[in-house]
Amino acid sequence: MSDQTPVLECRNLSISYFVRAGEIPAVVDFNLKLMPGESHGIVGESGCGKSTVALAIMNYMGKNGGIVGGEILFQGRDMRTMSEEELRQLRGSKIAMVYQEPMASLNPSMKLGDQLAEVPLFHENVSMAEAYERAESLLEKVRLPDPSRIMDSYPHQISGGQQQRVVIAMALLSNPALLLLDEPTTALDVTVEAGIVELIKEISAEFGTSMIYISHNLGLILETCDRLTVMYSGEAVEVGNIKDVFDEMQHPYTRGLFGSIPVPGADKNARPLVAIRGQLPLPHQRPVGCNFGPRCDFFDEKICNSGPIPMQPVPGKASQSVRCTRFDTIDWDSHKVDSISRDVVDTGDVVLRVEDLSKHYEVQSPGLLVAKGAKTVKANEQLTFRAREAETVAIVGESGCGKSTFAKVLMGLEESTSGTVHLGNKELGKVGVRDRDAKTVSNLQMVFQNPFDTLNPSQTVGSQIGRVIRKFGVETDKTKIRQRVLELLDIVKLPRDFANRKPRQLSGGQKQRIGIARAFAGDPKVVIADEPVSALDVSVQAAVTDLLMDIQRDNRTTLLFISHDLSVVRYLADRVVVMYLGQIMEKGTTEEIFAPPYHPYTEALLSAVPIADTSVKKRKIVLKGEVPSPLNPPKGCPFCTRCTYKIDGLCETTPPPARVMADRHVIACHLEEATLRDMKPVIVVEDEPPAPEVKDVTPERVG
Amino acid sequence: MADITEGGAPAARPPNAVVTFFKGLFLLRESPVGMIGAFLVLTFVGMALFAPFVAPYDPNLPQIPFSYPGAAAPDGGTFWFGTDQLGRDILSRIIWGAQRVLFYATAATLAAYVVGIMLGLMAGYYRGWTDEVISFIANVILSFPVMVLYVVIIAKFGASGANIILAVVFASSPGIMRIVRSLTLDIATREYVTAAQTRGESGWYIMLVEILPNARGPLIVDFCLRMGYTTITIGALGFLGLGLPPPDPDWGGMITETRAFITGGFPHMAIIPAVAVSLLVLGFNLLADGLREVALRD
Repeated sequence: MSDQTPVLECRNLSISYFVRAGEIPAVVDFNLKLMPGESHGIVGESGCGKSTVALAIMNYMGKNGGIVGGEILFQGRDMRTMSEEELRQLRGSKIAMVYQEPMASLNPSMKLGDQLAEVPLFHENVSMAEAYERAESLLEKVRLPDPSRIMDSYPHQISGGQQQRVVIAMALLSNPALLLLDEPTTALDVTVEAGIVELIKEISAEFGTSMIYISHNLGLILETCDRLTVMYSGEAVEVGNIKDVFDEMQHPYTRGLFGSIPVPGADKNARPLVAIRGQLPLPHQRPVGCNFGPRCDFFDEKICNSGPIPMQPVPGKASQSVRCTRFDTIDWDSHKVDSISRDVVDTGDVVLRVEDLSKHYEVQSPGLLVAKGAKTVKANEQLTFRAREAETVAIVGESGCGKSTFAKVLMGLEESTSGTVHLGNKELGKVGVRDRDAKTVSNLQMVFQNPFDTLNPSQTVGSQIGRVIRKFGVETDKTKIRQRVLELLDIVKLPRDFANRKPRQLSGGQKQRIGIARAFAGDPKVVIADEPVSALDVSVQAAVTDLLMDIQRDNRTTLLFISHDLSVVRYLADRVVVMYLGQIMEKGTTEEIFAPPYHPYTEALLSAVPIADTSVKKRKIVLKGEVPSPLNPPKGCPFCTRCTYKIDGLCETTPPPARVMADRHVIACHLEEATLRDMKPVIVVEDEPPAPEVKDVTPERVG
Repeated sequence: MADITEGGAPAARPPNAVVTFFKGLFLLRESPVGMIGAFLVLTFVGMALFAPFVAPYDPNLPQIPFSYPGAAAPDGGTFWFGTDQLGRDILSRIIWGAQRVLFYATAATLAAYVVGIMLGLMAGYYRGWTDEVISFIANVILSFPVMVLYVVIIAKFGASGANIILAVVFASSPGIMRIVRSLTLDIATREYVTAAQTRGESGWYIMLVEILPNARGPLIVDFCLRMGYTTITIGALGFLGLGLPPPDPDWGGMITETRAFITGGFPHMAIIPAVAVSLLVLGFNLLADGLREVALRD
């Protein structure tokens, strides 16, 4: 091992950006050694410098970025001494990169075949025919159906998952020694992501390519990588083999990160997530000494903030090192986290009743002057479910499943085509929001997904919350409104002087808290939360999720939690509704959904979610293909095109019957009840070894 | 960049429009082009505001005709820019002319903006047939040559300040409407707009409170550019004899009245007002460039 030259080595690498405010260190003292055939994960939250590392390796820093210290050795040669021409030869041939957004990596006006063939034509001077031949054979290797058709297509003619496969094929065409993957699946649906992850694993086995996999998702890193670097605020805080870091993490930040993600053992009542307090420091406001110091429970005044902290090897672990001066003195066993277990809430009467709700859109097919007949998109088809007081109902599904349309109908922004929605005893399906009375409007409020979009950037936070209070007539007096705004800020645990701030002065998590305060300002009965934490950093997600649930608990609000993330859903939902292409595939209590019998789609969805826990064993079910277009859904069961259990001749033609498995557990499937009951669990938590945080933190609550 | 410098500032300041405005000007200092533009525009604005104090003579007072720049005036002063064919001091006429051109350019552009913003918001927010009707009318107007439009309107209604404003509103509001429409289409998809809709706000509240303030950046840049166009328009109308009625000074009119003398040995009479128009328009354009540059930088 030692006589091999590493493919890539970063030594004490420091990178800075130069902006108006001065020099901003993006990455400080970064070390990495990547051996041939190895795959190395870099994990961290936004702004931690993980993408900057990738750009520096590509030597593609832009005008205002630069390497200010250390060196990058590629196959033993210092990249900083190479000429621009040498670098250009290197990029795309020896080093290839796959970015997050596949559509942005492909030229929309060129056929895919031409784009792919360019790589060998440029780098290896082969003949045209050979270039095309190689391109086509690689498309086959990335498991794309019908490669010759794809060679002849434009990027917009294929789906997102297929585009990403083409980008990966393009990166592999020149047989690179190093493949950089920067969040390659973040823009994709979970079931599509699972396919890409599988492909990446196969590639590293088949081609022996060394890989650097950048992600914010610990579960994905666990599935794809051999080694792992955890970054925080521009520094690597922990490096080691996957198994060591996952099972015996040393750095308090790594601990915190693992503690704040929902894994199968977490439960909102008995063992709530532990959020890391505070927030990421801005690059120019990093503290002296340990960057994590202000958020760390083990912060020691004299040791932790006296100067730069070096990486230190962990005794007994060959290749694990950690940037913490106190890691060997921290006594994790006696460390009590302040997570309070809560009592289970009793749900009350039915608050929201959705009965056979359908929402169809007429889409005119493009024709010159005369429309060639309208097509119908069935965004929601025959949805039926109930939500009780103080209950959390999760609506789960991938993009295009109709969950956002459903929210729009509920909120009165769209009218239902047929069916009814009852809030209490008021029918709302066909009543637009402007025709609803103030009480009804304030009873149904929403928390939105994108923190950067959820607040009006030109108004202060206080005036935006105040507007809701006035609009719903909670208070009319100016000083009373102000008082109520301040109280709401207390409830969402933000300082009161935030009322005078503009949204741009707030971090993503803080904005999302304001969004929650705004939704609860009118004392609603039902709150719809549309992916409220999916755009937030992992360490902030837990805090916002907990806050949302605490307020819900205190007000006995019904929460409709729309999400694609089954881990979060499992953690917080009481009941789950699984949707696919506008229809409900399965509904039941959370326990019923996450244990057999499953609907085949639920089963695949469960298998696709990456879990950051080495003790969890999953049954691999990788779906083929992608979600069909809602414009042209299958006639029978919507899932039949991808289902691994498909019964030929039945599923394509006949809509599935609703099989009642238990009291309120319904599965829409052609499979016989006995077959469904015979299914094996997808996720198995092995008892040995138990998850470390369980063992260390709350031993008495387990078992 | 504002986020980097202020994002974590612990002290909460009540937002103040005046402070924000001067902060904006302060940022402009990083764009040399923008500084030149701001200097030119502010010079003319200063001249216009303080015309009674800075103009050496009455702009309509006939003194010594056909004086060259630098000639001595009867009262012992100097005609720095000379006099015209009627003996009026050109410097004083430029200064008083700045007041008129800036007043009418601002008034006309603002009026065009009010109309353009209303129509653009409606087209972009309501979409559907509202958009189609508004966009169709705008396209029809935009397909006419601008000058022909001006000539027709002024010829029909007569040359006066109010009619100049009317003509400018008619000719430039379709362009403004298009910009506002496209900005609105984008902003209307933001979640804070949906949030306002879900609490039952009226259309105009959403358009004016939730959408318009967030479109202000590009609109301010466009406003500066359009001030330049309108200055040219007012000059051109004056040149065609369709501008403000004489004898009050009007830069375009000054060029027309004296263009016969350009070849007769007195080119300064026409060149000086022409330079004034160019400098003011240049100032607006550079200012717009500078603002755009500063706004784009992060």
